[in-house]
Amino acid sequence: MANTKKRIPTQHVIGFLLSLVMTLVAAWAVIGSDLPKMWVIISILILALLQAGVQLFMFMHITEESSDGGHVPWNMMFHGFALAAILVAGSLFTMSFGFDHGDMDMDDGHKQEQHSEHSE
Amino acid sequence: MALDEFFVTGEPLIYAGMVSIALVTSAIIFLLTYFKKWGWLWREWLTTVDHKKIGIMYILSALVMLFRGGADALMMRTQLAFPGLEFLDSQHYNEIFTTHGTVMIIFMAMPFLIGLMNIIVPLQIGARDFAFPFVNAVSFWAFFLGAMLFNISFVIGGSPDAGWTSYTPLAGAAMSPGPGQNFYLMGLQLSGIGTLATGINLMVTILKMRAPGMKLFHMPIFTWSTLVTCFIIVFAFPILTVALALMTIDRIFGAQFFTLTGEGLPMMWANLFWMWGHPEVYIVILPAFGIFSEVIATFAKKRLFGYNAMVWSMIIIALLSFLVWVHHFFTMGAGAFVNSVFSVSTMLIAVPTGVKIFNWLATLYKSRIEFTVPMLWSLAFIPSFILGGVTGVMLGMAAADYQFHNSYFLIAHFHYVLIAGTVFACFAGLVYWYPKMFGHKMNERIGKWAFWLFLIGFHICFFPQYFLGLDGMPRRLFITNIAEWLPLNVISTVGAFGMGAGFAVFVFNIYYSYRYSEREKTGDAWGHGRTLEWSTTTPVPFYNFATVPYVDEIDPYVRMKEEGKTTFDEKKLKPIHMPSYSGQPIIMMSFFALASFALVFEWIPLAIAGLLGGVACMAFRSFDYDDGYYVQVDEIKRTERKARGL
Amino acid sequence: MSAEERTTGPLEYRTEAGRMSILGFWIFLGAEVVLFATLFATYAVLFGRTADAPHPAELFEPSMTLIMTFLLLTSSFTCGIAIHEMRRGNAKGLATWLIITLLLGLGFLGAEIYEFVHYVHEGATLPSSAYWSSFFVLAGTHGLHVTLGIGWATLLLIQLARRGLTNVTSRKFFIVSLYWHFLDVVWIFIFTGIYLIGMVI
Repeated sequence: MANTKKRIPTQHVIGFLLSLVMTLVAAWAVIGSDLPKMWVIISILILALLQAGVQLFMFMHITEESSDGGHVPWNMMFHGFALAAILVAGSLFTMSFGFDHGDMDMDDGHKQEQHSEHSE
Repeated sequence: MALDEFFVTGEPLIYAGMVSIALVTSAIIFLLTYFKKWGWLWREWLTTVDHKKIGIMYILSALVMLFRGGADALMMRTQLAFPGLEFLDSQHYNEIFTTHGTVMIIFMAMPFLIGLMNIIVPLQIGARDFAFPFVNAVSFWAFFLGAMLFNISFVIGGSPDAGWTSYTPLAGAAMSPGPGQNFYLMGLQLSGIGTLATGINLMVTILKMRAPGMKLFHMPIFTWSTLVTCFIIVFAFPILTVALALMTIDRIFGAQFFTLTGEGLPMMWANLFWMWGHPEVYIVILPAFGIFSEVIATFAKKRLFGYNAMVWSMIIIALLSFLVWVHHFFTMGAGAFVNSVFSVSTMLIAVPTGVKIFNWLATLYKSRIEFTVPMLWSLAFIPSFILGGVTGVMLGMAAADYQFHNSYFLIAHFHYVLIAGTVFACFAGLVYWYPKMFGHKMNERIGKWAFWLFLIGFHICFFPQYFLGLDGMPRRLFITNIAEWLPLNVISTVGAFGMGAGFAVFVFNIYYSYRYSEREKTGDAWGHGRTLEWSTTTPVPFYNFATVPYVDEIDPYVRMKEEGKTTFDEKKLKPIHMPSYSGQPIIMMSFFALASFALVFEWIPLAIAGLLGGVACMAFRSFDYDDGYYVQVDEIKRTERKARGL
Repeated sequence: MSAEERTTGPLEYRTEAGRMSILGFWIFLGAEVVLFATLFATYAVLFGRTADAPHPAELFEPSMTLIMTFLLLTSSFTCGIAIHEMRRGNAKGLATWLIITLLLGLGFLGAEIYEFVHYVHEGATLPSSAYWSSFFVLAGTHGLHVTLGIGWATLLLIQLARRGLTNVTSRKFFIVSLYWHFLDVVWIFIFTGIYLIGMVI
């Protein structure tokens, strides 16, 4: 890190303030705002991702020079988070699509349609 | 708990198993005491952190597990060929197919490959040892004790009997009470943690400890396959860890994840299991591809065709492996859209795999092939594996899968890919690198006998099973006295015993070669070695390389041989830093194994004591500032001169 | 294993062993991401499966979780300061800020235990339903990580007192700081994924 000798860790202070603000905004979006539910969920998830970024880049120095520019750490975090998205979204997709919606009739019809397409 | 609840009683086969365990154990103890070898065993093996010795221990354990899993397989085949004999009852049959699957995947295929990686990868990249030799020993003991914990289940407490996939609700506490299923959970948990640690360890080793000048795209293809495999291990094994932990919490502490009560969702287990399980099959097949690539290039005496394409196809396979898990349960009842998505992603994997097949064929094209035993295994792999791969694409079609699912068609498919892929590779790799490990080759003539017996037995055993599946025979069925199925079942059993005979000949060859094979004088046993592992002397000195060569190309040893360079340049010798041996790994993991054993029987205080002991060992290790030692230049000179006959 | 030492840059990166340990720990954190992601996936799929137990929105209190979040966020900040002091060569500053971090961590743990006890009193227990099983295991796994982190850092503080700042101790402190920041990353997602979304739906 270039600013090793600095007495006041500016980056840390900025990061801390940013994460406090983002937490409060997220909490306000849930408790205080009247945004539609879908928008609330999307925006607080984006805020969470940004906060994770603050931790990784401003506190954990993922890309600092001494760790060879953080090539490998960055790679592991990127793929870890990508897989996390696949795990959560994929599980929801697989485990609720088709039998957890209560509208089985429509689904069955859909299925038969697909079958006949295949057999042609 | 009464003693007759603790030990399994009432089965003649299991009594025989107990007697043989008692006999073998006392024989080992007697021999060690008689020849005063306890100290040697502790100093040279149990406390070792040398990657070569740990690798040998992995491979030995894997061979023992192959024997155990193979014995299970032969018992199943006997039952299926002679259903009237009542050789096994339904409970015993359930236990045997469960342990067969689990042992073969977790305790045979993976440790065998990890053993080969242990020995070969540091040698291929010009490293002195692993990045974290201590952790490597911890990993081995985690695997070994996990395997032992799983294996004693058949005499103590009872084997798990819900299939190697251990689907809930059958595997839950309500339907499978008692310790059997806990053995599965704890055995896999313990060895799984070891595998994860090995994955991290090998990744750092490959990324950080390559010979000077060696870029990633200069690495031998087996090392590449190891790197990609470790990437999958690091990302897939935590899923297994969590899934096993959740089921353990379900069974022991009454949670409701996979239960039928409390709005639990049993199919969530299948979902989690296969999110790990599908990457897992690539964990056991990618290193196999790496081994075949090495063997084929060596004995075709050519550089591997399409090196870059080989690497990229492995990377693409690794990424795709996380996107196909649902094809293991197409029949769950998810909608057509879900199944279609995963059907397409499944078939996509055939593309990079096909690229690899063509690259191997192109390497062989117009080359002067030398038909050694490892090459025979590799050549047999290509057509056999294609049979497995093509039927895999058939299974990948969701609509068709409704017919194939859980039939012998599926059984035949995955044995074709796992045996023709992984097991052939294990044999090929072991024979190929055998001289590096033990200083002598395996006998070629006996090796060919083993090969032909195993190969022919394999096809006779599993090819008929495709047709049994198409005739509607379901898997995991213990009574098969339906007239149309019987002939094919008998043929299949004959083949299974052929494979058993092949394995027996292979093991005999280990003994025969130990007694009679010519000892190796050079490091390049086959005469056509292309990569750095052949540039060391045989046996490999404990520090591997006296001087590490500068590498700036693929297959560096070819040029080194032309220019007469070796790994012993007296002018460049420097003291070598080596890690010290330590008894801490085996002690630490014994505590965790004790805790796991206690959890199997739900003895919570003992489990807590074991866990605390393990954690105390870790804390002790944190205060241990042992930095290893330096091998002095004089000692290196003496060792190298002796080994090279200078 | 070359023992070549760099003479510049942070202490923890000067030896090859230090660089390898830090890299290995980053790879381990990659595995940890997946570990928690699996728990999140389970939680998401089992959401709403509360059976006869109370619904989460009835029990979650925004003020409590906000306090927990601020405790952990602040501890992550003080942990960063501790490493900043370490890189300035100030062992005393490192120890002071790290102890503050651990105290904040203990405060977080206390709040979490209080919260769990409260839920159990209201009838939301581990065996009560699939939803609560997944809640307790996800939040509990994070809490267990925090506990381990506190124990681990305490051991390191003893080593610091004995040996002072060396290549080895500073590497260990750097790694424990990565771990601590990572736990904060996980908590942000627990805060968002469990508590905030639980209050919306």
